[in-house]
Amino acid sequence: MNPASNNGLRTIVCLKVVPRPEEVRVDAETMTLDRAGAQSFINPPDLNALETALKLKDACGGEVSILSMGPPFFEPYLRLALAVGADRAFLLSDRAFGGADTLATTYTLAKGVEKIGAFDLVLCGEESLDGATAQVPPGLAEWLDVAQVTCALEIEKVPGKREMRVQRELKGGSETLSVDLPAVVSVKANVNEPRFIDYDRMEWALQEAPVGVWGAGDLATDPELTGLAGSPTTVAGVRQVATPDRRRKHLSGSAGEIARALADLLRTQTGSRGG
Amino acid sequence: MAASLIRPEEAQRIWVWLEHDGTSLEGVSLELLAKGRELADRSGEGLVGLLMGHELDSLADEALGYGADEIVVAEDPLLEVYTTDAWCDAAAQVVLEKKPNILLFGATPDGRDLAGRLAVRLRTGLTADCTDLEIKTDEPALMLAAEVTGFGGGVAAIIACKENRPQMATVRPGVFRPALRRSHGEEGVQSRCPVRIDPGRVRTRVLERRIGEAVDITKAEALVVGGRGVKGDFGLLETLAGLLGAELGASRVAVDEGWIEKDRMIGQTGSVTRPKVAIVCGVSGAMQFTVGIMEADTVVAINSDPEAPIFESADYCVVDDLFSILPPLIRELENSR
Repeated sequence: MNPASNNGLRTIVCLKVVPRPEEVRVDAETMTLDRAGAQSFINPPDLNALETALKLKDACGGEVSILSMGPPFFEPYLRLALAVGADRAFLLSDRAFGGADTLATTYTLAKGVEKIGAFDLVLCGEESLDGATAQVPPGLAEWLDVAQVTCALEIEKVPGKREMRVQRELKGGSETLSVDLPAVVSVKANVNEPRFIDYDRMEWALQEAPVGVWGAGDLATDPELTGLAGSPTTVAGVRQVATPDRRRKHLSGSAGEIARALADLLRTQTGSRGG
Repeated sequence: MAASLIRPEEAQRIWVWLEHDGTSLEGVSLELLAKGRELADRSGEGLVGLLMGHELDSLADEALGYGADEIVVAEDPLLEVYTTDAWCDAAAQVVLEKKPNILLFGATPDGRDLAGRLAVRLRTGLTADCTDLEIKTDEPALMLAAEVTGFGGGVAAIIACKENRPQMATVRPGVFRPALRRSHGEEGVQSRCPVRIDPGRVRTRVLERRIGEAVDITKAEALVVGGRGVKGDFGLLETLAGLLGAELGASRVAVDEGWIEKDRMIGQTGSVTRPKVAIVCGVSGAMQFTVGIMEADTVVAINSDPEAPIFESADYCVVDDLFSILPPLIRELENSR
């Protein structure tokens, strides 16, 4: 019998730090993304995943670990997650991990999960604001060879069993699944209200708590499977999306005059027969 | 790089995963059959539809009529309802047997769920949530160039998968026009691919499904769209939509506030629409939203904030409160019926 069914859930929350989308620019000469001027923040759906993990911990006990992959500047953001309520944090950081697509990213994250140790649940945000692929949770589940649920709306532990009950979004509806643990679950954005920083945890989280930083050597990753070298996809070109040219004609006058002008316009645009 | 399980020189044809509800094909699957046909004709490749499920006879016959050269049917009782493990096991077996060059999925909840896992099992690349597809007929030949947008829609990138096969992509619903039913005699052929699924490997079980009347705003000819400015009340917008034969749409804020169903969300995380006219009321107009109305022929924006970025993306701009403009507009349209 696995001790987790009695001693709470061992949950790992994957967290990404992303630049504010509206502040990212394309460098026209190098065809690369210029994130230098962009402020960073924790990918919002990942905070919904963290809140889900903390709620499960409130209900069943256990511990919550944070796992992220990225450059050293991510570390303070991981500490924020500790201040919110997570117990441990690990950052996978190595130049060898850079330039990874989803195949290489999910391989590296899976090695990180394995190094953290036995787990019951990995929670992720449904997608990242920058890449927006939503492909990391399924890929991670495949590397770990565990059950997967994407687009989760609600998650609860089935008492006394290594099993969760998960409500998942579908096109035009939802389904309820029974899910064997361990599992990887991606959580929809805005499914809950992430809690604020716990000020009693601040000093510990921001200064004392150790954040494990692991590189390729610590994880014993295969260099052929990480970073740019491990990525089958390549970016063949990048461009700034041009906003289509619109007429931007201002309609002015009284509300009645504007309404008449709009009505004339809509009758021609929608082909509805006018009076 | 992870060694591809399928060599480029043995990979053949463009495949589309056909999503369905047991009785009819998903709209995005028809869109992919149309785009797949275009890519196949341009490159001289064949087009194949992959239909998975249980007891699919009538659906398999139906699927033959949308331009695919072949429909490959994979059936098993464990495929009666979608579960990741059963469908991924079955799809992987078909792919390793048939060796597709390109494999396309709709970027729906199930399409993304399956493609993300299958790509890792096959050790190949997956380009997610594409907004355009092209095929290279020069060197390297038959390479897929898939366009994706990121960072809220402000940046587009072309992604290629040079060595690993199949070249996988999920495609956002609504970006291509759907395939039309072909006349009798122009249909493809049907074949079966046996699959074996180990029930012990299926680690999720569907207890209950609740599917409502799905709304598809990507097909709407006219849209009346509300955002934060409607302050929870879509009543006037609904009346206007009724008069114009339009569908209601919404910004993310309006959906997140619970004012309207999420099927109606427009933009980066919602739908890309292509109406003749969109009347956008009380939406500020961030990039994440405006990517969803870029394909509209005409955009009318009503917003009380003269600085709202939505006016940059509008053909007709009304700087006023929607609650002062919509009532007289509704009266005008009612009087002219």
